[in-house]
Amino acid sequence: MGEALLSITALNKSFGTAAGQVQALHDVDLQVQEGEFITVIGPSGCGKSTLLRIVAGLDTGYSGKVTLEGTEIGGPGIDKGFIFQEHRLFPWLTVEKNIASDLPLGKPEIRRKVDELIELVKLQGFEKSYPRELSGGMAQRVAIARALLRNPRILLLDEPFGALDAFTRAHMQSVLLDIWRRNRTTMIFVTHDIDEAVFLGTRVVILEPRPGRIRKIVPIDLPFPRKKTTSSFQELRLKVLNVFEKVDELELTDGAGI
Amino acid sequence: MADGADIIIKAAKGAEKGPGSAGSAAAPGRAQAKAAWTALRGALRSDWWVGALLPAAAIAVWQLAGSTGLVSPEFLPTPLAILAAFTELAVHGGLSHHLGVSIGRAGLGFLIGAMLGLLLGTLTGLFRRAEYMLDPGVQVLRLVPHLAIAPLIILWFGFGEVSKIVIIMSGSFFPLYVNTFMGIRGVDNKLFEVARVLGFSPWQRLRRLVLPAALPGILLGLRLSMAVAWIGLVVAELIGSQSGVGFLINEAKQNSNTPVIFVGIVIFAVVGKLIDSLFRLIERKALHWRDSYQG
Repeated sequence: MGEALLSITALNKSFGTAAGQVQALHDVDLQVQEGEFITVIGPSGCGKSTLLRIVAGLDTGYSGKVTLEGTEIGGPGIDKGFIFQEHRLFPWLTVEKNIASDLPLGKPEIRRKVDELIELVKLQGFEKSYPRELSGGMAQRVAIARALLRNPRILLLDEPFGALDAFTRAHMQSVLLDIWRRNRTTMIFVTHDIDEAVFLGTRVVILEPRPGRIRKIVPIDLPFPRKKTTSSFQELRLKVLNVFEKVDELELTDGAGI
Repeated sequence: MADGADIIIKAAKGAEKGPGSAGSAAAPGRAQAKAAWTALRGALRSDWWVGALLPAAAIAVWQLAGSTGLVSPEFLPTPLAILAAFTELAVHGGLSHHLGVSIGRAGLGFLIGAMLGLLLGTLTGLFRRAEYMLDPGVQVLRLVPHLAIAPLIILWFGFGEVSKIVIIMSGSFFPLYVNTFMGIRGVDNKLFEVARVLGFSPWQRLRRLVLPAALPGILLGLRLSMAVAWIGLVVAELIGSQSGVGFLINEAKQNSNTPVIFVGIVIFAVVGKLIDSLFRLIERKALHWRDSYQG
């Protein structure tokens, strides 16, 4: 393993609330190699979204070091693609114009790349549709294409399929894996769904709450394409689940102590 | 009502034949009534003449009241007399000249006022500091009626064209200012985060996010501004002018030429409505992406 693409060292972040300072992240260390698919999982309040937003440059005011290709994260930018839980498309633009956004569709080079991405996310025939005419899964695929057009060094996904139904979600997972295997874009994928985390990730980062910190990192060395019904998948799923149960126990004893 | 009555009749007929056939006889009757109702609703939606129904009836009654001598023509001239006055004005009275002058004044005043409104509204909408500095003053001025400041404007700018343009301008500024401000403040905050992630420059953020998102408000403001410009025109022309539709009305008043007063009023109404329709059309074309309740 060479130099990590994304390096997070001794990351601490706290928020000031009415009740006083709340520590969202405590001493988080994580090295992400080029081409990895990291899934981050944890109960609500464990700071997983905060972690992702810090990497994206959307949240600041942390201590510690976060570097992408050796340079400190200065702020948001197109080198760090971000997919929100909601699609957040511009409602007044068609699918193709949403993907292009500020880039000129008239340029042959952009046109060609947009067409390629529309094919990649399987939206042929919907180029001229408006977001209101799309289903949730389709709109989220447009958002993914919008991020990919900018050739991000890393794609950050914040519970992107959380609002979708189970069937659409499974379909979106395979679409995303397809993209990852073709483009080798490094991914950090935040979710609260254990199956999703094990199904997608090459490593599952398990966070625990109050203060948010890494409990365990479970490597998932299953070959792709994966099947959720295989015993090796279930084994790893149980392994992750077990870590969670320990987190829960910890929570209970903590609660009892107060 | 007809629907229900129909069913009862059909059901009664069915009862004569026997209980077994009652249901089957009632069903076509219900379907028929439903089809008629759907057709009527379709006509209500698609046909413009529904909107003309009430005014047409009112005009007919008006004409009847005049020609039977129920109302004095000095007081309320009949529609036909007004039509005659209109033709006379159009052919010999230089109506098109006066109308052109009026539209030119309203247009110019509207253009300047709307441009200032858009500019200041964008400024106060985008920057809190600008809002604190400008908005309180604008809000105070907004509530001063046109008529109250018109004499002052004439005192400052004289009876010429300038004062008329300024009166119209001062009216059409406010609706666009307020709606641009509100439109910008109504932009979804989450989309600003998208603009940051996509690395938009401040200019791109304005052009690709703020203005398109505020467009519904801006277009509504434009329509309201146009309407106020039109009202401001009447104020400006009635106070003192040598041309324009307002001048025609004023002159007719001095000569007790009631039909011409009506011609002027009708022209103000019709041209105003045409301009409003034009703006509505632009609104529909520009905002077709919206996913809102259409009635």
